[in-house]
Amino acid sequence: MLGSPFFPQSAIRNPQSIMSPFLFWIFALLMLVFGAAVVVNRNPVASALSLVVSFLGLAALFMSLDAYFLGIIQVLVYAGAVMVLFLFIIMLLDLRAETRRRINWLATAGGIAVALVLLMQISFVVSRFQLARQTFPALPGSTIDDVRNVGALLFSNYNLPFQIVGVLVLVATIGVVLLSRREPR
Amino acid sequence: MAVTVPRPRLTWRERLYLPAIVAGLAITFKHFKNMLLGRTKVTMQYPEQKWDSSLPEHYRGAPALVRDEDGRVRCVACQLCEFICPPRAIKILPGEIPSTDRFAKVEKYPEQFDIDMIRCIFCGMCEEVCPEQAIYLRKDYAITGFTRAEMVHDKEKLLEIGGVMHGVVLKWNEKK
Amino acid sequence: MDSFFIITSLLKIVGILFVVILPMVSYVVYAERRVSAFIQDRLGPNRVGPAGLFQPIADIFKLLLKEDFTPRAANTFYYWLAPCLAVMPAIITIAVVPFGSTLFGVPMVIADVNVGILFVFAIASLGVYGIVIGGWASNSKYPFLGGIRSSAQMLSYELSLGLSVIPVFMLVGNLRLTSVVRYQIEHGWFIAPFVGDWINPWKWLLTIPMIVSFLVFMIAMFAETNRLPFDLPEAEQELAGGYHTEYSSMKFALYFLGEYAAMITGSAVIVTLFFGGWHFPGIPDGSHGWIFGLINIAVFFTKVTIVILFFMWIRWTLPRFRYDQLMRLGWLFFFEIALVNIFLVAAILPYIPKV
Ligand code: SF4
Ligand code: SF4
Repeated sequence: MLGSPFFPQSAIRNPQSIMSPFLFWIFALLMLVFGAAVVVNRNPVASALSLVVSFLGLAALFMSLDAYFLGIIQVLVYAGAVMVLFLFIIMLLDLRAETRRRINWLATAGGIAVALVLLMQISFVVSRFQLARQTFPALPGSTIDDVRNVGALLFSNYNLPFQIVGVLVLVATIGVVLLSRREPR
Repeated sequence: MAVTVPRPRLTWRERLYLPAIVAGLAITFKHFKNMLLGRTKVTMQYPEQKWDSSLPEHYRGAPALVRDEDGRVRCVACQLCEFICPPRAIKILPGEIPSTDRFAKVEKYPEQFDIDMIRCIFCGMCEEVCPEQAIYLRKDYAITGFTRAEMVHDKEKLLEIGGVMHGVVLKWNEKK
Repeated sequence: MDSFFIITSLLKIVGILFVVILPMVSYVVYAERRVSAFIQDRLGPNRVGPAGLFQPIADIFKLLLKEDFTPRAANTFYYWLAPCLAVMPAIITIAVVPFGSTLFGVPMVIADVNVGILFVFAIASLGVYGIVIGGWASNSKYPFLGGIRSSAQMLSYELSLGLSVIPVFMLVGNLRLTSVVRYQIEHGWFIAPFVGDWINPWKWLLTIPMIVSFLVFMIAMFAETNRLPFDLPEAEQELAGGYHTEYSSMKFALYFLGEYAAMITGSAVIVTLFFGGWHFPGIPDGSHGWIFGLINIAVFFTKVTIVILFFMWIRWTLPRFRYDQLMRLGWLFFFEIALVNIFLVAAILPYIPKV
């Protein structure tokens, strides 16, 4: 069970003992509200920033489960790097045109339908998934060195996928370099 | 025709860039050190130290009216300075000298004489044009005030700055 | 999570923020002005109080009393939000830096998390939002260019920043900043390993990649904190002040505060990673008496001050880079150097005796 793909070892811990439910609800709510704001906001910059806040909420949830590494990586990679790039691009767009655009009701309805189907599917799966129904025993030791755990897992159990992902990223990098190369004069 | 400026070919040491940085740091440190040790000559600390004593003779400071040895205001209110003043800083109200006066020959005197020091550009035209050697640019340079009205020098103020001028042509005195 | 822990933590937070960081920021600004003046053969602010020492107080009053102006075309909400975003990360980062050993048995670090350095990077990377949003919300050309520049610059230099410290953590074995300090107490500072078995030639060989790592880290830190020679986001001569051109009064002061707070935390991180943190050879830690605890804290902040002075020294020596030079430097040199450096350390590592 340890190191199952759905529950990284570090997160397997009785949540009650670590996190007050109050904090959980605050951060969960934060995430959901700002997640909705991403979709609802007409201004793309506002959407992007809402997404950042949502990420921060998610990171806080990770951290309150003692998964510091995951939480920090969430902030570092998504909030700190990916969203900055997004913002970088968005700011170069004509924002007024974006806010003026009319709402396409058909597309909206379709989107909501797809989201609902997905939600139903998830709840269906979760309700039948045995692992999700039991409380995991608390891990021994007061703190978990989840950096070490994640690293050990990556280089033992998941070494092959890790290498494959590495090659993929390398290929992508080369592709980008090729694409952005200046045309020879 | 476009000219291509050739880039200088750098040696690897120059390309490394670090020696240049260290050299630069050494230079700035030298300045810092000299300053700390008090070896650098710096600016005059103005309100405490002033350069009044070393002002040159021809320094053009605030214009001022002068009296002669007899205590007479030398200005005869001819208004030439008012006319010449480029920014029109001078305003004169001439008055008549009564015939009983010792200097009745002069006929006119300035009843009011205002120089707006906000306008004055210290050009010295008034001094140059005055036929009576009555207005001089003095060495006062720190002319300040909180209001515009304060910055207008009236006759008293001008005479106070000017004082008595000795050794000028005294053409209105009685001939001996 | 007992009340003792909460109270000491609060004390530490308040102490660090209001007794150390904020006064330090104002006096670093003063020092910057004096140092720059001395380097340029001037005197600098020397009027307010003895030797101008009350200048920061006068500055604060000046900034508070200035008109707080919001341009009409600005996006008001983000315009107000941005300066706060610029200050927060710089101050939060200090939470994981151990600024002393122990005082009355309380460890002198606010949050000793096991991902210390990653936390520093993550929060520092959020600092770019303050600048980008400020530049965008001002709705004006120069701030906008400053914001764009800063986002690209920060992203590029974060890479070398992250890669350059990996050698340190390869030696220490975990990411906790307190363990970095512990390791350096036992094995000597990474820059100058005079403690422990310092005759071991391998350890001296190790200082070469360590110095490279230190240099790359420090240069990347310059770029991250927008200090000259990498202050392109605010390049006065090109961008009329960059992202904070449209800001005035306290909002501008917040940007200023953020910049200098980032510099202080950056220096603190450098000291922790490479100069042994609060350790000084011969001075025991706080478990030998509270007086040593205080001395440790003093040692730490003395080191931080020295690093900050070095920051200033660099700033008033070097001219600004051109933007393409900056990018080329970041991607083609520092990135590669840091990468090669990791392999170098890995090659030396087996010869280093374990604890
Ligand atoms: S100095 Fe020049 S500007 Fe000043 S009052 Fe005389 S003529 Fe006018
Ligand atoms: S030019 Fe001389 S005499 Fe004539 S009004 Fe002016 S100061 Fe008086």
